[in-house]
Amino acid sequence: MPLNINGTLLRKQHRNHVTVRDALNQAMDEELERDERVFLMGEEVAQYDGAYKVSRGLWKKYGDKRIIDTPISEMGFAGIAVGAAMAGLRPICEFMTFNFSMQAIDQVINSAAKTYYMSAGLQPVPIVFRGPNGASAGVAAQHSQCFAAWYAHCPGLKVVSPWNSEDAKGLLKSAIRDDNPVVFLENELMYGVPFEMSEDSQSKDFTIPIGKAKIERQGNHVTLVSHSRFVGHCLDAAAVLAKEGIECEVINLRTIRPMDVESIETSVMKTNHLVTVEGGWPQFGVGAEICARVMEGSAFNFLDAPVTRVTGVDIPMPYAKILEDHSLPQVKDIIFSVKKTLNV
Amino acid sequence: MKTMLTVISNALCRITGKNVGAQTVPEGARVAVTRNFADFTPQVTFDIKKCDLHRLEAGPPVKAELTREQGLQYYRTMQMVRRVELKADQLYKQKIIRGFCHLYDGQEACAAGIEAAISPSDHLITAYRAHGYTYTRGVSIRQILAELTGRKGGVAKGKGGSMHMYAPHFYGGNGIVGAQVPLGAGIALACQYRGNNQVCVTLYGDGAANQGQLFETFNMAALWKLPCVFICENNKYGMGTAVERAAASTDYYKRGDFIPGLRVDGMDVLSVREATRFAADHCRAGKGPIVMELQTYRYHGHSMSDPGVSYRTREEIQEVRSKSDPISLLRERMLSNNMASAEEFKEMDVEIRKEVDDAAQFATSDPEPPLEDLCNHVFSNNPPLDVRGTHPWSKLKSVS
Repeated sequence: MPLNINGTLLRKQHRNHVTVRDALNQAMDEELERDERVFLMGEEVAQYDGAYKVSRGLWKKYGDKRIIDTPISEMGFAGIAVGAAMAGLRPICEFMTFNFSMQAIDQVINSAAKTYYMSAGLQPVPIVFRGPNGASAGVAAQHSQCFAAWYAHCPGLKVVSPWNSEDAKGLLKSAIRDDNPVVFLENELMYGVPFEMSEDSQSKDFTIPIGKAKIERQGNHVTLVSHSRFVGHCLDAAAVLAKEGIECEVINLRTIRPMDVESIETSVMKTNHLVTVEGGWPQFGVGAEICARVMEGSAFNFLDAPVTRVTGVDIPMPYAKILEDHSLPQVKDIIFSVKKTLNV
Repeated sequence: MKTMLTVISNALCRITGKNVGAQTVPEGARVAVTRNFADFTPQVTFDIKKCDLHRLEAGPPVKAELTREQGLQYYRTMQMVRRVELKADQLYKQKIIRGFCHLYDGQEACAAGIEAAISPSDHLITAYRAHGYTYTRGVSIRQILAELTGRKGGVAKGKGGSMHMYAPHFYGGNGIVGAQVPLGAGIALACQYRGNNQVCVTLYGDGAANQGQLFETFNMAALWKLPCVFICENNKYGMGTAVERAAASTDYYKRGDFIPGLRVDGMDVLSVREATRFAADHCRAGKGPIVMELQTYRYHGHSMSDPGVSYRTREEIQEVRSKSDPISLLRERMLSNNMASAEEFKEMDVEIRKEVDDAAQFATSDPEPPLEDLCNHVFSNNPPLDVRGTHPWSKLKSVS
């Protein structure tokens, strides 16, 4: 049964179902129209309509000046994008996947993230780095890494990870309007998934604040915290667990950095149990950070059990389907972990 | 008589940059200057070296005009940079400056010549040997020295240090070798995007010339005809490695391949100026980017931790000092053409030394930044945020 944006069952009045891809497209279209300093650059973003069709139609509408196809030169074009941002434009720099951002990571960290601080406020860098992050399907080890933890480690960056279409649109608009470097982690497997979009999201000024998590589902027994695609897995697990009388509170982080720890703590103080779910590797990951923060804060004394992390398996991503399926958290892994945490 | 002496004195002050009107000549006093203003040659045309060209039919002119006023201004700029760098050397040895300090003495003609050819509305970005450009792009020497000494009066409030100084249309000061080159092309893209006829001068060294990201940048700059003047300051050594040991081709002006290039005598401020003007005109005409190699030399080692004599001889350094020093070259040209007097130069030197001493005094007495400033400037235009300190009980505040 389709859920609406509040996590409750769909009511009779229908909203259009918009895929994550189209929501991202709408966000960029609206921001390109609103501010002529905004432009998009990356591989295949223009004439190919985007490697994953996220920028479909934009080149036709805005032309060569605003939608720029680049050669396969990540370090070069990321640096060019950062320089353009320093000079006052507002670039959206697309990495075909974030795996390729490793070629350019020096420009993201040393040229973009640190500059406002090093210049004591003289030189802002209003740039968005966006693209698909994490595992896809059958693309194997070099094309499946999740970079949330790597980028979220660095001060000076904001790191955003939307789950559904509403997230995608509202957060991308905020990212583009933000005067700081934002790493915007999309998910290829989510691009084609349709979601109901709220009335509010139809407004051209609709934005979702960066740094605020969302409670997708209310519950009293255990808190599930996740980001991106695995929010959906958590909701699926919650639906199954509800039949057994276990009510999960599902938190969609929406932003990895700055993390909304307060929302997590408030929830934990109610449920006394916490399970984190992510696609990335366990060591030094998003879940690890949540554990540390909860231990350091007011919610620690409310825990009735240690925090459980559900993560990707600590290996490079294999190719064969059966192996790949077992390299990432499945709904049954979340259900199992919740029951273990609750000791039921 | 007194009125006429005052008039002459004030005129001389305008030319040398001293405070006009601040000088009054007491009645009966002798004028210190022994020549009448009208004695000096107001303008001379000098022959300058022909540039080596790559993919160019014609190059910069082989003659350069220099007015007395310009000459004194270029001299002042170069001498100021020289004295600031030597003062930085002194302060570093006294441990008042710490960390990295890459000095520019010997290369002054590059910074002065480039600035003479572009306008303040053009853009410039360089690597870490940046103090000279920080000055030519408009930052005061007090703010430069105070940044080196890590005080709150520094141009980056002490948060950046030697390699991270900024000003309007000056994008630093960049620590990662070669990273500034794509940035510069991006700034040029912004100029093209806005159609404002501005150019970006993007500097790098002979060491950075071998970075892959340069070639990625050359490709895109040429493809999109970005108004970017790429300038390689070839001072013959990348840290301790002589160019012959680092580059399969040391013809840096040709390394842009499909991008036209020129090789210029970087010790002659007039050559630098003419070449830069030529290069900027090329970009402004919509012809795309251009590569300029400035052959220059640094007297100091790579940084203050490098004595600079393990990979080159003292004789070589001394030879450059005696035969090719950019400041001496300009002074000799002006003196032998009667464009200024030796006393004038001496007075300027004294004045510049005093200015530098005053700036150093400020830089050593200004307080360090307050601890409250530690976490500020992480984000621009952002509500205040909490920053974790070294332990969980340390909750710090960050404002934009």
